[in-house]
Amino acid sequence: MPVELYLNVAVSGLLTGLIYGLSALGLSVIFGVIRIVNFAHGEIMVMGMFATLVLFRHLGIDPLYCIPIVAAALFAFGYLLQDLVVRRIVHLPDYMQFLLMAAIAVMIVSLCLMIFGPDAQGVQVAYAYDSFQIGPLLVDKVRIYAGIAALVVSGLLFAFFRYTDTGKAIRACGDNQVGALVVGLNVRHLFALTFGIGTACLGAAGAILVLLIDVHPYLGPSYTLLAFIIVIIGGLGSLPGALLGGLLIGVSEALAGLVFQPSMKSAVSFGLLILVLLLRPQGLLGKEVR
Amino acid sequence: MIARLTDGLPPRALALLAAFAAVMAAAPFFASDYVLSVLIISLYFAFVGQAWNLMLGFAGQLSLGHALFVGIGAYTSAALFTHFGVSPWVGVVAAVALSTLMGCVIGYLGFRFSIRGVYFALLTIAFAEFTGIMVDNNAWLGGSAGLFLPVKNAGSIDLLNLRGPPVLFYYMILILTGAALLLCRLLLNSKLGLYWQAIRDDQEAAEAAGVPLFRYKMIAVAISSALTGVAGVWYAFYYNNLFPESTFATGRSIELILGTVVGGVGTLFGPILGALILTPLGELLTELTSGLQIDGIKTFFWGFCVVAIVLFRPSGVWPWLAGLLKLDRSTGGDGR
Amino acid sequence: MIAGAPRSASLKVEGLTRRFSGLTAVDYVSFEVPPGAIHALIGPNGAGKTTTFNMIAGALKPTSGDVSLDGHSLVGMRPDEICRAGVGRTFQVVRPFNAITVIDNVAVGALSWTSDMAAARRYALDMLELLGLADKRNALPGSITLPDRKCLEVARALATKPKLLLLDEVMAGLRPTETDRMVATFRRLNKETGVTIVLIEHVMRAVMALSHHVVVLNYGKVIAQGTPEQVTRNPDVLACYLGAEELS
Repeated sequence: MPVELYLNVAVSGLLTGLIYGLSALGLSVIFGVIRIVNFAHGEIMVMGMFATLVLFRHLGIDPLYCIPIVAAALFAFGYLLQDLVVRRIVHLPDYMQFLLMAAIAVMIVSLCLMIFGPDAQGVQVAYAYDSFQIGPLLVDKVRIYAGIAALVVSGLLFAFFRYTDTGKAIRACGDNQVGALVVGLNVRHLFALTFGIGTACLGAAGAILVLLIDVHPYLGPSYTLLAFIIVIIGGLGSLPGALLGGLLIGVSEALAGLVFQPSMKSAVSFGLLILVLLLRPQGLLGKEVR
Repeated sequence: MIARLTDGLPPRALALLAAFAAVMAAAPFFASDYVLSVLIISLYFAFVGQAWNLMLGFAGQLSLGHALFVGIGAYTSAALFTHFGVSPWVGVVAAVALSTLMGCVIGYLGFRFSIRGVYFALLTIAFAEFTGIMVDNNAWLGGSAGLFLPVKNAGSIDLLNLRGPPVLFYYMILILTGAALLLCRLLLNSKLGLYWQAIRDDQEAAEAAGVPLFRYKMIAVAISSALTGVAGVWYAFYYNNLFPESTFATGRSIELILGTVVGGVGTLFGPILGALILTPLGELLTELTSGLQIDGIKTFFWGFCVVAIVLFRPSGVWPWLAGLLKLDRSTGGDGR
Repeated sequence: MIAGAPRSASLKVEGLTRRFSGLTAVDYVSFEVPPGAIHALIGPNGAGKTTTFNMIAGALKPTSGDVSLDGHSLVGMRPDEICRAGVGRTFQVVRPFNAITVIDNVAVGALSWTSDMAAARRYALDMLELLGLADKRNALPGSITLPDRKCLEVARALATKPKLLLLDEVMAGLRPTETDRMVATFRRLNKETGVTIVLIEHVMRAVMALSHHVVVLNYGKVIAQGTPEQVTRNPDVLACYLGAEELS
């Protein structure tokens, strides 16, 4: 019996991990190409969660169908954020970028607080309490759907970067910005596009995550940190790494909640971050941030 | 000593500074209780801002977890006081020792393992959040229910145990802020300060010119965390209650540094100016909209201010104001 | 005006090698510089000159081989320790401390041997005078010209009171008259203090005028060494420069 319990928890952690991975992809794409560390990551995802909440409550749209809508809205947000704000500070010292993004994060949290209040809110879908029985495993239906949705969106992202001209152009910008300019690519537009794609990932991840957890304004910072832990494990700027890191964290978090007290779950993540930062052999995981 | 402090300052700047100090010292005699409370919070942010600025603005090391040192200072002195009746004047020694120790541990790990830039900032966040969760789960420190200091009837001043009316805390934080300003000025014009600035501007070039990076970065973190620990003791005894979530959260760390960013990172007077601009404006906004019951409007405004400053005046308000007042470059710092 | 007792040191580089993931940037390089000599390190771009400097100054760990100053090995020491042991260096791309004044930039170097700020600034001013920068002492590095910033780079290295001075293309981008002035300064410096100098230089006018001995690197290997006249007549040297750069 305990073995089955652990297995159940691990599988549900794995499915949550797929969403974490999708969200971390958003961070990784932006860093990999624009070299901007998005300190407002979790907060932007929370925006996506609230947007889904509104769509569900007022228009009755299932969160899964909200994915394209919210992703499109956050794409526009990211595109404008890069083009109107972030682009103007690339010449400033690194810490100014962090402070700018942190300040934007503060604004988003405050805005959500002003609009939605401090309490946790969730969606109640019809299939919330259904589950699938797969051999000895009993998995929530929502979690299965959420995991599949995250996988599909991640797959679309990989396909975009691999097979479309725009995706290839963006990768070229990330590799060599000057070279991209020289061959006539519109780097400014491509960077804004990249930021938009990154935040669209967050929108999709947020829409899916609302199925699993209740949303409140202060959720943002912990997801920002979680995404950092994931991409640092997977390698900052590496897309498969982000997905893999998400799975690892999803499973270990779920198991940690089972083995220790649930309240210690995030302590395990932070402890893991400290360990990874220290033990990460220089340059092995991800590219050096100057 | 006095000569070193005033060296290079034009008489104009000295006169302005003296006038400012006089106004601040006399404030309790004409300010209402409410204004005084706003001034008290402003000065608290000014003091912590200076401590943080010493690390980033002078030595180039970004911490986004300074709430950790406030928390350690606050919890150490408060726990000693509530459990054993230890006077804060004794408690402050333990508080500073512990927060400095924590600063040194983070610094040691960060600098020895060459964790730089964003990774170092993340390390400071991780330590702050981790400590917050630990305190949250610690019954002796009150856990998530909070730690409360016994409050005596207001009016009488008990200096030994720091129990008394707000005006007591006003003068304490005013003296601390003034002392920190003097300390920063002395440090900045010393070998230590010049080495810090060299490290901040170009670490490799500094090393090639004979600057031992590790030692000087460690000194910066140690001094910064020690000062912030002192702020924590003051914080505990002023507010009389401590909650782990609101004490150690990353949002709190960000809040502590906003004023400095607005005033001018790396300048001497920036943290004070920034705190005196941002805090009263935030309070005013809260006051004006209090009828509307909107949470978060103050922090939204603060975030907006920082975004505006980073975009349009990244060196901060102070260098611009110093130019406007025609103060010498060396006034209140190198001006940057 | 050039204060202090005579100081010079010998440099010995033995079998110095540095590999970067498959590429051998510096391949078993050996040369010796006697105390008080001026040596030039030349070669086409990518020959491994700056990598050699970085290993001497401790910014890069050698894969193998040894560097010694007056017989004491420098390998394994940190850059700041090597600096205080008597090696001053400049960077190919100037790296001033941008937010502090010109004189304080140089004073940072002087603080490696004194803790007295006034003394450090006095010495820094001497160095600035030596390089003709004294009137710009209160400017910020960003507001002075590139040649001036090159001089600032040299002044900062000199302020550390080096026994061995490593100069990485300090004359690139200077006008001929400025080059001549810089050459005269180094010659005088070398004569009065005895400081040993190793310079990486593409400006052959400066190489010919300054150096007693020239080491030529190509693809990380020493392909020739000797007097300036000897190496410029060496067919291997001419071959490696053909199509790359001209020995002007």
